[in-house]
Amino acid sequence: MAEEKLRMSRSLRFAPLALLLLIVLALIWRLATPTSTNVPSKLEGKALPNFTLAEAVPSKPTVSAADLATGEPRIVNIFASWCVPCVSEVKVLQELKGRGVAIDGIAVRDKPQDIVEFLARNGDPYERIGSDPQSQVQISLGSSGVPESFIVDGKGVIRYQHIGPIEQSDVPMILAKLEQAR
Amino acid sequence: MRRLLILLALVAAQPLLADSNLPPAYWANRQLPDPKEEAKAQALMEELRCLVCQGQSIADSDAELAGDMRDLVRRRIAAGEKPGDIRAWLVQRYGTWISYKPTAELAAWPLWLAPIALLIIGAWLIRRRIKLKAGS
Repeated sequence: MAEEKLRMSRSLRFAPLALLLLIVLALIWRLATPTSTNVPSKLEGKALPNFTLAEAVPSKPTVSAADLATGEPRIVNIFASWCVPCVSEVKVLQELKGRGVAIDGIAVRDKPQDIVEFLARNGDPYERIGSDPQSQVQISLGSSGVPESFIVDGKGVIRYQHIGPIEQSDVPMILAKLEQAR
Repeated sequence: MRRLLILLALVAAQPLLADSNLPPAYWANRQLPDPKEEAKAQALMEELRCLVCQGQSIADSDAELAGDMRDLVRRRIAAGEKPGDIRAWLVQRYGTWISYKPTAELAAWPLWLAPIALLIIGAWLIRRRIKLKAGS
């Protein structure tokens, strides 16, 4: 009886070691395959929250939520002149514009002069641009950074959120999403 | 091996953080004049997760977006909105991810049950010990 219990405690003795090994393996696995740090907006599939924005540049009208339900799907691009990936994204947005896609911009924490310079240097795919100096509209859309793009259908419902820049390789997917939103 | 090394290097990689040229929002780093309101705002800000420096609360983070969220929280508290309603408004946009306050959702159950389970296991171990000593 006592011997049996002794044997059991001997095998139990290795339990903490096995547990440690398990934890180390789990840590290695998570280090090798890190989880995504993207925080997707929960508003996908829901109507745009109401917002109005001040004009961002003198030469363009501003954008408000009411302007976005035009009967045709469009892209709302959240960008900033101080955002590095936005520079390369503008070229892809230009291409989408060339294919007949309507794009509006929301400039986050930006100055009119900086936006004018940014557009002059990199190109201007935007029909309208609104200024969001304190990220309030960005937060109300559930967006967590720049650049981000929302595909809004003709009724003003958010159909797709793209986190990070739209790359050249994303163009067919974006066009398909726009088609789906029709 | 090389792929693994590259993947491991990604862990240490910093997201491309750029800051705007605008000053922080008005209420980002300023306390509300009413201490009661400020206490409410502070308590809420400590339970809201920063979208940029994930793992920090917006009360702790220096990220611009965290500053803009503090501005949002203080403005709404000053306008008489309840902290719970502001949290719910944010959860509607970012999911429960944004809130540090534990919920009773299914995924959190192991967290609630773990202390009870550990207590039961501990009691069982102690009982066994006492029995073993009594037996020898």
